[in-house]
Amino acid sequence: MKQPLTGWQRWLPWGIVGLAALWVVAALKPPTDPSPFRIREFAELPVLLNGRVQPLDSVARNSLLILRSKQSLALEDGKQMDATEWMLEMMTHPDLADQRKVFRIDNLEVKGLLKLAEEEKNFSFNQIKDGWEELEKQNRRIQELEAEVRTPYERGLVKINSAIGLYFRIKNSIRPENSGDFAAEIGLYRDKIAAGLVALQKSQAGEDHDENDLQMIVQFFRRYEMLSKTGYPLVVPPVDLSHKREDWRTVGASLMESMRGGQIQPAVEYYAAMTTAYTKNDPGAFNSALGEYQAWLAKSGYTPEIKKGHNESFFNHYQPFIKSMTLYVLAFLLACAYWFKWSPWLARTAFLLVGLSLVIHTSGLIFRMVLEGRPPVTNLYSSAIFVGWGAVLLSFVLERIYKDGIGSVTAGAVGFTTLVVAHNLSLDGDTMTMLQAVLDTNFWLATHVVAVTLGYASTFLAGFLAIVYIVRGLLTRSLTPETAKSLSRMVYGIVCFATLFSFVGTVLGGIWADQSWGRFWGWDPKENGALMIVLWTAAMLHARWGGIVRERGLMVMCIFGNIVTSFSWFGVNMLSIGLHSYGFMDEAFKWLMVFDVTQLIILAMGLVPIKYWRSFAKPDSGSSPNGKLSGTKTPVTPGKLTAAA
Amino acid sequence: MTAILKFWSSLRLTVVTLAMAMGLVFIGTLAQVKIGLYQAQIDYFQSLFVWWGPSGSNWKIPVWPGGYLLGLVLLINLLAAHASRFKFSKKKIGIFVIHAGLIILFLGQFATERLSVESNMVISEGASKNYSENGRKSELAIIETTDSKEDVVTSVPEAWFGNNRELNRAELPFIIKVQMFAPNAEPAAKGSNLVFTPLPPATKMNDRNIPAAEVEVVDRKGKSLAKFETSNWLSEDKLLSMVKEKLGERLSPSVFQRSEFKVDGRSFELAMRPVRYYKPYVVQLLNFSHDRYAGTDIPKNYSSRIRLINSQTREDREVLIYMNNPLRYGGETYYQASFLPGDTGTIFQVVKNPGWLTPYLACIMVSAGLLIQFLTHLIQFIKKRRTA
Repeated sequence: MKQPLTGWQRWLPWGIVGLAALWVVAALKPPTDPSPFRIREFAELPVLLNGRVQPLDSVARNSLLILRSKQSLALEDGKQMDATEWMLEMMTHPDLADQRKVFRIDNLEVKGLLKLAEEEKNFSFNQIKDGWEELEKQNRRIQELEAEVRTPYERGLVKINSAIGLYFRIKNSIRPENSGDFAAEIGLYRDKIAAGLVALQKSQAGEDHDENDLQMIVQFFRRYEMLSKTGYPLVVPPVDLSHKREDWRTVGASLMESMRGGQIQPAVEYYAAMTTAYTKNDPGAFNSALGEYQAWLAKSGYTPEIKKGHNESFFNHYQPFIKSMTLYVLAFLLACAYWFKWSPWLARTAFLLVGLSLVIHTSGLIFRMVLEGRPPVTNLYSSAIFVGWGAVLLSFVLERIYKDGIGSVTAGAVGFTTLVVAHNLSLDGDTMTMLQAVLDTNFWLATHVVAVTLGYASTFLAGFLAIVYIVRGLLTRSLTPETAKSLSRMVYGIVCFATLFSFVGTVLGGIWADQSWGRFWGWDPKENGALMIVLWTAAMLHARWGGIVRERGLMVMCIFGNIVTSFSWFGVNMLSIGLHSYGFMDEAFKWLMVFDVTQLIILAMGLVPIKYWRSFAKPDSGSSPNGKLSGTKTPVTPGKLTAAA
Repeated sequence: MTAILKFWSSLRLTVVTLAMAMGLVFIGTLAQVKIGLYQAQIDYFQSLFVWWGPSGSNWKIPVWPGGYLLGLVLLINLLAAHASRFKFSKKKIGIFVIHAGLIILFLGQFATERLSVESNMVISEGASKNYSENGRKSELAIIETTDSKEDVVTSVPEAWFGNNRELNRAELPFIIKVQMFAPNAEPAAKGSNLVFTPLPPATKMNDRNIPAAEVEVVDRKGKSLAKFETSNWLSEDKLLSMVKEKLGERLSPSVFQRSEFKVDGRSFELAMRPVRYYKPYVVQLLNFSHDRYAGTDIPKNYSSRIRLINSQTREDREVLIYMNNPLRYGGETYYQASFLPGDTGTIFQVVKNPGWLTPYLACIMVSAGLLIQFLTHLIQFIKKRRTA
């Protein structure tokens, strides 16, 4: 950006970024309830699921993600139904809920089996319930097969079958779905417990007893035993906090325990009141039961849980990574436009947008860390978020130094791509699951995992810079000798950075392994993947120092580095062996192959003889590739790079 | 001479070797899917060459350099480069530190591979142990139980059976003749008797060889005293319960009796069992606990509270061993590795590794070297930009 900005060009970038910032801030405003029911506050109520306290909002959103890969429900009239509202409907109006198209089915054979329309994607429970028996029958056979050998049809079938299971559990989480007035039902239950238990004891002792009381208690027992098995989130907190804070129960389990003392837990009563009021369409009763429950929670010492529920549901609503994704695309397009039309305000705007997006990305990262009480990377999902963050941060610094649009292009491209990867990984449901015993150590997560992930980020960044070099050099005339030289400097610096972090991260991983199972190095696939990155970055640096490769050769090696890194990051997880494995992910495998093939194509492009590179052909040679060529002897114009030492 | 030195010290050799090493790691990782982690390690990383031959045929050709060869080439390359090309200067101090760290890492890992011994200690709650067991190697133990206070154990390693048929030790009043030995075998019923049929060696990830032998005890005059079928199938609790489950009904109960016999008023017992490493101290498991996250089966923590009793040093203390927090004692390290079904006991991984500190040292050196080197570059770069 050599030319100074004048007039409107000076304020336009700030104007655009200001608008974008306004868009983000405006979306922070909490949504209003669509009806007089205070559903937003209901959504924030804390429950326990997957071993952690979370708001009902997260339960609802993650369930919808699992069922239909979206966090909300599209209605027939084009409107969106909020996840919590959908979940409340499931718990109170099961007949209505059964008409909602919440099951996403992609596999054609599965659709055929269930006699569903091929051209549709989403289906309601009513549409698939006729084929359910057949589904269960098929599923029993498939369950005996190992996950690796299942066909796409079999995997699709297992998926829909478990989705139906989840659907049932949600419907029967608070009350049995056939319960009309649940508040009245548990009132009756409370009144009958004592008499029922007397009848039961007498009958066991062979004495005379009231048969009605006995039948009643037996029926309640069966009913709530069922409910205790189906209940999905644990919604009933322990009354006595001094015992065990995480000892939450499902409604069914809590009701069964009530049989002992005859007392019904306050949480059960409040939830019964809320669902009953919702069924009867009585906002006043719903809101007052909700208010009383909130007050009870606060009074009983559940302030941290209430806060967690509030914060996490705010975070769910904020969706920082989705917002960053949009801004990265915008920045990428503007920076690309800058190369075609050298208006400096384009580069300036792209740079500022990357900055804004980075701020949002960072805020999301920190928010997650605070919610989890963990370092940034705890699973594959968060590693994608962090790889993107690291690469964007480095690109931002590069752009600040060189101001030639390259940093913004790579920031936009890598930021967007990694966040898309993260988004797809989030479709499995909860992304803040608890960590297995051996991984439960913040020290090693903060050092080894962060270092290795920064290593991934930097090798990818070097690879993307190399793509810029090859694409611009071969296909356009825009790669001037100065740009080529600065690109080469950037790549070199980033490769050094990558070597440092990959090496340190890998060795720290070894030391962690030594600490936890007494083996510094065990040739585990994930360890090997990390080692491959270290070996490859070391090979790149030595090749450059020895003059074995020059500018272009280094770029080609960096592209290969992308393949190595993608193998280390995702490929090894697909070998389905070793301590680090996450299981086979066939969808991800397909995309990994797509990525690697594109990298091979770009690599081949990089090997095209220099005389065909448009940027290195003489300016007056026109479009003819056979025109006079410059420097056929020296492969790349800026000449040999000196050895480092 | 200079040509040879030039070859060995060249950066070209470094790059080619590093690239080949990366290729080796890649194919070695893929190979784990088929032949398991343990075998892949031996074939690819702890070898001079990776061999290949069409399946079913006997010939094999080397197709790729193995881990040892590549490591050796890199080491020579590095030393030769320092001997010929590098001159020590302040500017290159980072590179020197990095390379010295790498040499320590290489040699340390080589030493670890050769010298470290891994074993397991399985203890039920309340019980004590003064030995650990090797999960992969077995031995024939001849235990003299004459003295009720102390057993005297003579052990014969598995490898001995490869080319010997007769055990004749001066300290024993008898000779043991080996009728049959199989490095890997499975139990079968022959009438009401138990026999072991040989199997090909195990190759799969979690499979191991379970040896069996048929031996005859003969006194010094040549008279046969007893014949035994002996195997890990009979000495290890887990395997024994598998045998009982599979064949128990058909076999006579005497099959499961200990292999005991008497010679000249002395009592002996024979057992094929995992190699034992006795310690001069006793470990007692006081309590094992296994926590899960609320409402899930995800393990949150495993921990073992043990009592360590060493009569030589008069130590008697309690220690808590848990995930990521091992006990280092007497040149060995105890790690929480696994547990017995129903959380009734613990399994420690016991590692003796004289070279365990080398990676720590190497890590510090290489990291420091890389930092010094790259920071000098960065500072130069910034200075240049300032002046430009």
